[in-house]
Amino acid sequence: MSTLSLVTKSSLIKSKLTVITTLALLLSACNDNDDQVVVTPPPAEYSYSVTITNLTYAQPLSPLGVILHNDNKMWMVGDASSLALEKLAEGGNNTDFLADSNAIAASSSEGVILPGTMTTINISTTDRMATYFTAATMLVNTNDAFSGLTGIDISTMVVDDTKSWNLNVYDAGTELNSEAVGTIPGPADGGTGFDATRDDVDFVGYHSGVVSQNDGLYSSVLTQAHRFDNPAIKLTITRTQ
Amino acid sequence: MNTNIKTNLKKINTLLSVSALIFASSQVHAQDLSITVTNLTQGLHFTPIITAAHASDDHIFMVGSAATAELQAMAEGGDISGLVTMLSNADADTNENPAGGFLAPGMSTTYMLTNEAANTHLSMTTMILPSNDGFVGLDGWKIPTETGTYTIMLNAYDAGTEANNELINGGGAPGVLGIPGAPSGGSGTDGSGVTNTESNTMIHIHRGTIGDDDTSGGTSDLNNSIHRWLNPVAKLTVTIQ
Repeated sequence: MSTLSLVTKSSLIKSKLTVITTLALLLSACNDNDDQVVVTPPPAEYSYSVTITNLTYAQPLSPLGVILHNDNKMWMVGDASSLALEKLAEGGNNTDFLADSNAIAASSSEGVILPGTMTTINISTTDRMATYFTAATMLVNTNDAFSGLTGIDISTMVVDDTKSWNLNVYDAGTELNSEAVGTIPGPADGGTGFDATRDDVDFVGYHSGVVSQNDGLYSSVLTQAHRFDNPAIKLTITRTQ
Repeated sequence: MNTNIKTNLKKINTLLSVSALIFASSQVHAQDLSITVTNLTQGLHFTPIITAAHASDDHIFMVGSAATAELQAMAEGGDISGLVTMLSNADADTNENPAGGFLAPGMSTTYMLTNEAANTHLSMTTMILPSNDGFVGLDGWKIPTETGTYTIMLNAYDAGTEANNELINGGGAPGVLGIPGAPSGGSGTDGSGVTNTESNTMIHIHRGTIGDDDTSGGTSDLNNSIHRWLNPVAKLTVTIQ
């Protein structure tokens, strides 16, 4: 009886010791990051959510195109727009833009992003080289205005990291900013979007804003409501996996 | 006793200043800066650019203060010679006219600037054409001690020294009303003048030009589809080596 109780006690002590040892091990596992060899398999998937907010008064945005790619820029101030960018900036069509030969993964929002609203889309890849990010959308009540960013290094983002930008408006430089009837694809006009003719400066720059019929361009189909300022969109990218 | 304390204090002071010097020398030393200025606009030219590294107390312009005569000559006529003299007298490290004349819309120019240890702050300016006294400016950006590439977006300022009448008449000398020229073209003639007054005589963010769509009359000789802008108008990329 007494022997048994002793054994029980000693086993109790043993189990207490085990608990303490386990705790100590757990603690050391938590603290000791430098010396430990942690074998973590490389993440099989790189997933991001991208949220766009339309900051304008009356400029609906064409479906947001998002691309993951290697080190590359899809446009540069001073350089001519690609044909794919021209199609996006003049007509809001991102099909060719997303099919860029440098694209590793591509995704598009489903519909237009109305003023004062936000949309989130997801993009995913297993390719470790897809460490750069591009996003673009057209301000549809313009001749060839677009906003976005390109060639952003996201290689250091870990899960739950977030980056956010307030973005300015570019002019694709491919179509004269005539604001004329029939030249603007958005609801302000319902005119032609993409037209292969390049009748403007033929390089990308920052947009000077729409003038409108209310501010001195009497041939403009646009009104004061379609004017915009920088920034026009807010973009947030979050690594989700 | 008193002497002892004084001696000890003196020793401590000496030690402190020696360690302060060591600290300072590890933090502040001559740096090699590679600088790129990009004209982000599609319709504005920049006149010869002046860039300087200078002491923290020095400024080539300050928002909310009146322009110096040297800044006025630059902002109204693109003449940087006065600013060069002023900076030279202040022992600044300067780079003059890196683009060899105008920096055209969409174009970039890259140049080197090595700053002395005491010249810890960077400033840059250039006149906007066509404008009466509009200029691009960076005022006293603290040069980081850490190597890397830094991007600074620059706004358009108004020197407050000339009424923005928007008439192109070759008037570029300080105090002479009018715009020296419109190198990008698209301008008109025979405008009646947008305004004859400049009630805010302090340097301020430029309200933008208004222009019109009348090439032979109207109030402005500027074209409202070509010569307006939204901020930012220039990008400065500084690589510290």
